[in-house]
Amino acid sequence: MAEMDTSGGGGHKKGPGVKKSKKLSTRVDLTPMVDLGFLLITFFIFTTTMSQPTAMKLNLPKDTDKPDEQNKLKESAALTVMPSKSDMVYYYEGLDPSKLQSSTFKKNAIRDIILDKKRRTDPKDFMVIIKPTKDATYKNTVDILDEMKIDDVKRYALVDITPDEYKFVALTEQANGIK
Amino acid sequence: MPRAKIPRKSTTIDMTAMCDVAFLLLSFFILATKFKPPEALSVTTPSSVSSKVAPEKNVVLITMDKEGKVYFSVSDVNKQEKKDIIDEINTSKNLGLTDAEKANFSKNPTAYIGVPFSMLKSYLDKSADQLKGVTLPGIPAQDSTNNELTDWVRAAVGAFQGGHMNLLVKGDDAAKYPSFQGVIIAFKKNDQLKFQLVTSPVSAPIGSELEKVQKAAGNKVSE
Repeated sequence: MAEMDTSGGGGHKKGPGVKKSKKLSTRVDLTPMVDLGFLLITFFIFTTTMSQPTAMKLNLPKDTDKPDEQNKLKESAALTVMPSKSDMVYYYEGLDPSKLQSSTFKKNAIRDIILDKKRRTDPKDFMVIIKPTKDATYKNTVDILDEMKIDDVKRYALVDITPDEYKFVALTEQANGIK
Repeated sequence: MPRAKIPRKSTTIDMTAMCDVAFLLLSFFILATKFKPPEALSVTTPSSVSSKVAPEKNVVLITMDKEGKVYFSVSDVNKQEKKDIIDEINTSKNLGLTDAEKANFSKNPTAYIGVPFSMLKSYLDKSADQLKGVTLPGIPAQDSTNNELTDWVRAAVGAFQGGHMNLLVKGDDAAKYPSFQGVIIAFKKNDQLKFQLVTSPVSAPIGSELEKVQKAAGNKVSE
């Protein structure tokens, strides 16, 4: 298959003094070529991106001033989490921001806190309020929203932080020396 | 006793067939590989456990880069809507755009609007080559008082009226929350309370609540 007729010149008679050329085989060792081929295949297989970006749904509550349109929330069932700088998360239970405690995204620390609170509260009332501070990154925000899904929290809301709460976060950050 | 003579056989085999197969596969992969189009903005999206594939049609995409600058773009297939949006912006803001400039917004696939209204005319004048390496200031959307993104979203809502619009937010990991907040303000002002965040997929952590739910529901895709 991979051979060619190299006898050359057909019925050409050798004249005197013409050296009889040696018939060279045209068989080439294809092993390196195969090697190269498979190397390239592997490269293309690995670089092909099969993963498509996914989308995460987020519904916002409507801003309303009417009290009867607002969602009611039991104080004992509320957990407020505030992602802030350096991947830290500050949280408090109930409605008193002075009971602020700190946690982090690392090692699923915040997951344990959310799950712990979830266990202790009536699933009907349990709600997580997410208030990212101005130092929080977008990744932090998405991470905490993702955490809601991972922990199967049914009710959560993304709300703006109040100046009061931010003050407590800033104080805690100062005390812990986080810049 | 005469020993049975084992004929010596050559160990070389014909590699041609194998070579053929290798290169056939190689050409397949070369042709099938879709290289990412050079994006005007490089954005590293955060990961999430969401497994719903991001829509590609009827998309209004708000992009936030790592400095928190906001960009506005519409998916390429929606040519009519793009035209409506730029017409609407042109009329409401009195920009006096020429038809060529308007066409530039709908034609140029890399046209991310990342400039305030005051700079829009000169931005649309530029060709794709001229825009290479130019840093754009982003659409002002940091607070509620000067939120130009609101006007863009309003124009988009008007253009997609009657149809379905997918509002997508694609943010960089390092973008700060205030820019996201600005985007949310722009959405809320237009009563667009449902939107989607573009993320890269990861699987649910082992032993988490979500994993149990997913297992219970079989391999049903979670939304």
